[in-house]
Amino acid sequence: MNVRAIRSIYVFEMARTARTLFQSIVSPVVSTSLYFIVFGAAIGTRIQEIEGVNYGAFIVPGLIMLMILTQSTANASFGIYFPKFTGTIFEILSAPVSFVEIVIGYVGAAATKSIILGLIILATAGLFVPLRIDHPVFMLGFLVLTAVTFSLLGFIIGIWADGFEQLQLIPLLVITPLTFLGGTFYSIDVLPPFWQTIALFNPIVYLVSGFRWSFYSIADVSVGVSLAMTFVFLALCIVTVWWIFKTGYRLKR
Amino acid sequence: MLRPLAPCPPSSVDTPVMPPIISISNLSKTYASGFQALKRIDLDIDKGEIFALLGPNGAGKTTLISVICGIVTPSTGTVTVGGHNILTDYRAARSLIGLVPQELHTDAFESVWATVTFSRGLFGLPADPGHIEKVLRSLSLWDKKDTKILFLSGGMKRRVLIAKALAHEPKVLFLDEPTAGVDVELRKDMWNVVRALRASGVTIILTTHYIEEAEEMADRIGVINKGEIILVERKAELMRKLGKKELTLQLHNALDAIPAELARHKLALAPGGKELTYTYNTQGERTGITALLDDLARANIRFRDIQTTQSSLEDIFVGLVRKDQ
Repeated sequence: MNVRAIRSIYVFEMARTARTLFQSIVSPVVSTSLYFIVFGAAIGTRIQEIEGVNYGAFIVPGLIMLMILTQSTANASFGIYFPKFTGTIFEILSAPVSFVEIVIGYVGAAATKSIILGLIILATAGLFVPLRIDHPVFMLGFLVLTAVTFSLLGFIIGIWADGFEQLQLIPLLVITPLTFLGGTFYSIDVLPPFWQTIALFNPIVYLVSGFRWSFYSIADVSVGVSLAMTFVFLALCIVTVWWIFKTGYRLKR
Repeated sequence: MLRPLAPCPPSSVDTPVMPPIISISNLSKTYASGFQALKRIDLDIDKGEIFALLGPNGAGKTTLISVICGIVTPSTGTVTVGGHNILTDYRAARSLIGLVPQELHTDAFESVWATVTFSRGLFGLPADPGHIEKVLRSLSLWDKKDTKILFLSGGMKRRVLIAKALAHEPKVLFLDEPTAGVDVELRKDMWNVVRALRASGVTIILTTHYIEEAEEMADRIGVINKGEIILVERKAELMRKLGKKELTLQLHNALDAIPAELARHKLALAPGGKELTYTYNTQGERTGITALLDDLARANIRFRDIQTTQSSLEDIFVGLVRKDQ
């Protein structure tokens, strides 16, 4: 394995993050803080506790998930789309690196950035609401798994995209709505039975539910199912990436 | 289609013939659109030579290079670099290759130093600031090493691309139109770099539109047209074989037409009637010059001056491509 190549891609991508530190870290932190002010402090005080958890604290795992999902897809899709756009991808394609190494470099860097961001938001949340983490190992596990899975999804989007509009399409039209409807701000128990069934087709419900369980030991679906669904999604992304490189889809002519 | 000529004939039978550094056999490429960019290419590149690939726009030069470097997937055929198959043993094959693309694809927001260091790491080599410094100095980029590429001129970006390709000490260097849009001084600098690389044993394959570049630099020349290699020849041999010479006579008195006594010679009369041009093949058994001079004397045509010119590679190239159309 060409470890030096993986390191080069990883370091290169992390340097890009460092260059854009302000927009990379400050803006998600500011927007998440606004959620806490609006839903936690302003509206949240008028909302009852959910299963014994203060509403402001209840939404923390969902908000972190929202940020992890959007940032992972955005980072990874931009990371691979930009070299395609500028043409510098020629160097990656003509280097003695395998597809696995390319993916580890790009997806690893995108996931790292998301995880750092998630932890910063967690710390920020601690300033606004009382936090409790019942299962820290699971919490970190869900964080890493989700970041990697959605960075892979972002990588796929970046390869598929033909223009900057397409790059935004899936995050805006699919991921953000599904996250909002995936129990970020509520427990799906509050939905009417019909909509509860529909909600179970939303993969993000499982991610948010499992992640929230690692904080407060409360969940919409059992944590085993959450974990299994996350792995299924990860496997789907891995298979898609494998197929992309096998066929050279949108990379090689 | 021509099979390329054998490498330079060995001076004695004891000299071992080196295997080619690049061997291309029966290579074709048809794009998804149905366009056939390469048609059954057979070509060997010798170790340590400078090979110039000439051809009009869209002839398949860049596709051929892209296939060898792993950017475009071949439809049929095999390519080996240093004996390594480019598909089954791509790591070993690509490690030997440095590629300078035609387009100025650069990371705008990176510094020169960072982007060149990245290239070396990507090819799996340990960091070697000394080597990077040497490369940057040889390309007059050292004082720009901390500058963002965004702020460099087109010529400087071209140098950065060459530096990136040299960062991993390749044994084979592809230069795809290296001096397009580059000023004369920089072009001469690049030629010097190329010569120095060749002296250190690097094989160089360059495509160019500047035929003077091929004429000045190349050991062998390949001409590609419509996806086919139509000729591969040592440069000197090519010039000798296809070279036509022109003999121009400046006349004392203007002629209205070519006199009947001279009709058997291939002559052209320039407008104004004061210049006669005779075209002949240097390889011919008889050049016909003596007969022409005799006939001129017989017709009592006197001339002030006489000059001969050899056709350039450019004339040869244009002639070849036109013949192929």
